Amino acid sequence: MTTLLETRALEAFYGDFQALFGVDVTVGEGETVALIGANGAGKSTFLRAITGLLPAKGQKVSFDGQEIAGLPADRIHKAGLAMVPEGRRLFPSLTVEENLLIGASGGRKGPWSLAKVYDLFPDLVAKKNNPGTALSGGQQQMVAIGRALMSNPRLLLCDEISLGLAPKVIKDIYEAVPRIREGGTSILVVEQDVGQAMAVASRVYCFMEGRVTLSGPPGELTRAEIAAAYFGTKTDEEAA
Amino acid sequence: MTVTTPTMPAQRTNRIALALRLLLGLVTVALALAPVWAGRADLRLLMEVLSFLALAQMWNLLAGYSGLISIGQQAFVGLGGYLFFALAMFAGVPLLAALPLAALLTALVALPTGWIAFRLQGAYFAIGTWVIAEVFRLSAAQIGALGGGSGISLPVDLARSLAESRGAREVVMYYIAFALGLVSVLLVWMLLRSRWGLALTAIRDSEPAAEAVGVATRKVKFLIYVLTAGVTGLVGGFIFLQKLRITPEAAFSINDWTAFVIFIVVIGGIGTIEGPIIGVIVFFALREVAADWGTWYLIGMGAIAIAVMLIDKRGIWGAVKARYGLSILPVGRVLDAAPPAKPD
Amino acid sequence: MVWVNAIVQGVLLGGLYALFAAGLSLMFGVMRFVNLAHGDFIVTAAYLMLALVTGFGIHPAFAVLFVLMALASAGYLNQRILLNRVLGADLLPPVLVTFGLSIIIQNALLEVFSADSRRLNAGWLDTASFRLSEDISIGALPLLMFVAAVGVIAAMQFIFYRTALGRMLRATSDDPEIVPLMGGNNAHIFAIATLIASVVVGIAGIFLAMKTNFDPAAGPARLLFAFEAVIIGGLGSLWGTLLGGVILGVAQTIGAQIDAGYQILAGHLVFLAILVARPRGLLPKM
Repeated sequence: MTTLLETRALEAFYGDFQALFGVDVTVGEGETVALIGANGAGKSTFLRAITGLLPAKGQKVSFDGQEIAGLPADRIHKAGLAMVPEGRRLFPSLTVEENLLIGASGGRKGPWSLAKVYDLFPDLVAKKNNPGTALSGGQQQMVAIGRALMSNPRLLLCDEISLGLAPKVIKDIYEAVPRIREGGTSILVVEQDVGQAMAVASRVYCFMEGRVTLSGPPGELTRAEIAAAYFGTKTDEEAA
Repeated sequence: MTVTTPTMPAQRTNRIALALRLLLGLVTVALALAPVWAGRADLRLLMEVLSFLALAQMWNLLAGYSGLISIGQQAFVGLGGYLFFALAMFAGVPLLAALPLAALLTALVALPTGWIAFRLQGAYFAIGTWVIAEVFRLSAAQIGALGGGSGISLPVDLARSLAESRGAREVVMYYIAFALGLVSVLLVWMLLRSRWGLALTAIRDSEPAAEAVGVATRKVKFLIYVLTAGVTGLVGGFIFLQKLRITPEAAFSINDWTAFVIFIVVIGGIGTIEGPIIGVIVFFALREVAADWGTWYLIGMGAIAIAVMLIDKRGIWGAVKARYGLSILPVGRVLDAAPPAKPD
Repeated sequence: MVWVNAIVQGVLLGGLYALFAAGLSLMFGVMRFVNLAHGDFIVTAAYLMLALVTGFGIHPAFAVLFVLMALASAGYLNQRILLNRVLGADLLPPVLVTFGLSIIIQNALLEVFSADSRRLNAGWLDTASFRLSEDISIGALPLLMFVAAVGVIAAMQFIFYRTALGRMLRATSDDPEIVPLMGGNNAHIFAIATLIASVVVGIAGIFLAMKTNFDPAAGPARLLFAFEAVIIGGLGSLWGTLLGGVILGVAQTIGAQIDAGYQILAGHLVFLAILVARPRGLLPKM
């Protein structure tokens, strides 16, 4: 399996505050990887650092054979890395369709188009001329995912896409994952819901206090190991 | 992001602060005795310096501490000037009583103008204050009793009521200017040391945070707006007492009473009491050297203001203070000893 | 009848004010940025037009093209090199930088063109008019100005709501932080917004040159008119800005009809009255 994304000893800072301490994560071509961890463990910071929203000058992040650390976010996006941001962040003055179209601004070619997105999320067709923010939470999340797909990414980053949604809606949204992967897009999801993450991912990384405390395929990890890595119950001193 | 840890040992910082405080004290004493040692031209210059110091302290209180960027303070300079002339000439109020009365009336007029201007936010507030100043200027030009567009002079016998001889008049006027400069500094200093100071410092550092801890930011800002209008009107009254003549163009000049004042505050260090003092020195030093360059002098001032914003928007004293933790006029707040780093 | 005439002339004058205001409105809409040197840029465009036509004898059509191209590139570069560096939550830097620019431009114009008041001779446009009745006739130039204002605002409206560029501008206005995640470069998008605004400033400056006498200190008054039109119309609404310009124009011509000294004052007072009665303007959008 070829490596698509690889970070080596990634560090990230908010001003003087260090939020990531030497994080190594790899995502292979065609893989679905999940990052789990409690609030404030550094998962979202990790996404911000690799997408260029947080400055990452001098760091080592390779993507699709290219060194992307320190590049501006729009260049990283054009290299094929798209993100569904936490809280969806739809553009309120744009319609659903305009929100989707803006995702295609980078001009990358590939399988995804308006028609394909509507095919993936048929609920959106009837709403395409509504303002993005007039939709239900689940539908808004579909728009946010569709908007990211419109750029035909090699890797799709999903930040807390199940947050605040009903279980039925979460299930609908996660049903799209296999179809996204079929199009040749790898997926990296950030989840607080460990069960959901284990179900969808081929490998998981557990974050705690800015470090990776555990990683591996879900089948090989025990409940106790995960609880320890998640809450730091046993490895408190090692982590510190 | 800048880190504002003092890089000098505290003892040395304290010694420098003490020396600067001593220097400030000496300068104040020297200014108090100026009529003894200064010639007539120097005295005139000092009056102007002190008037600008007062205007700058007021603009700093408004913009630096309350976040109200006004580019219409000439409204209150001019209004104070015109009210002073009107009170003295038509109501027969003695000159020395007309000044504070004009200031009070200016503050009263600021109540409705503030009520209107506060409907606008941010940069639009700035332009709104300018519109109000223009309304005042155009209205003044329409008032025939005050000379309309060509202005009016203070009758000589009225000026004489201040003191019989010209020399004595200038000494009286000098002490008014001295009081204005001194009081403006002390007023801001004491305000910041009072319970208002905490609210103002909180608003300066972060308005949403100030609101979150229960500061009634809007009310505090409005009162500061009215207070600075009153003091600015007082200075305006004095400026035109000294000039003995007032015209709409001179009274409501945005260049003289706002642009120069902003320059002084910004170059000296906005949001500090020391900033306007340093700024006024820099401004008059520059003017003595370069005023003959005409338009190039003004172009240079605009360029310096832009450069300060691009290089270090804290200005001279702001940068010094952040680097060395110095404070000549401590306001007695822990916040002030080690100002929080502001993300840029 | 003189009052009807005043209103007609005021409406047409409002076209010029809408042209002054449209660029200001656009820049505020996209990046919450208010350029205090806006009026001075308008006056600079007027001087540029004057210099090209009367100084260098260039055919007016080419001069117009040149002015618009010069303004467009200057606007783009100004945003990229200077103004983008002071955008942000802190209000002071953008206000002071553009206030500083205003002082620099006024004095530079004074240095180059002297304080004399100037005007561009518009030839037949100055004199041609359409007679509507005994007392009311419409000058060709004011009519052209008004038509241009409607055209400019319609074009801006089209760009904003019907093109990919406009979509990006609106998205940036909504949430600039995540626009880079859609492949947009904020620095470039902001500069494009300023470029469009600057072309409108160029058009406004060319009309100003033909319509009235102007001098190097004429900028601030134009900024105030533009600002008043934007606030009267309501922030974020381009058609509102046209309406604001018309109301301001009518207020001024009616004021002038009462007494020549009341023209500008009447405009300011109507603006303040509307600010008191409808703080969000007549056609608010945001």
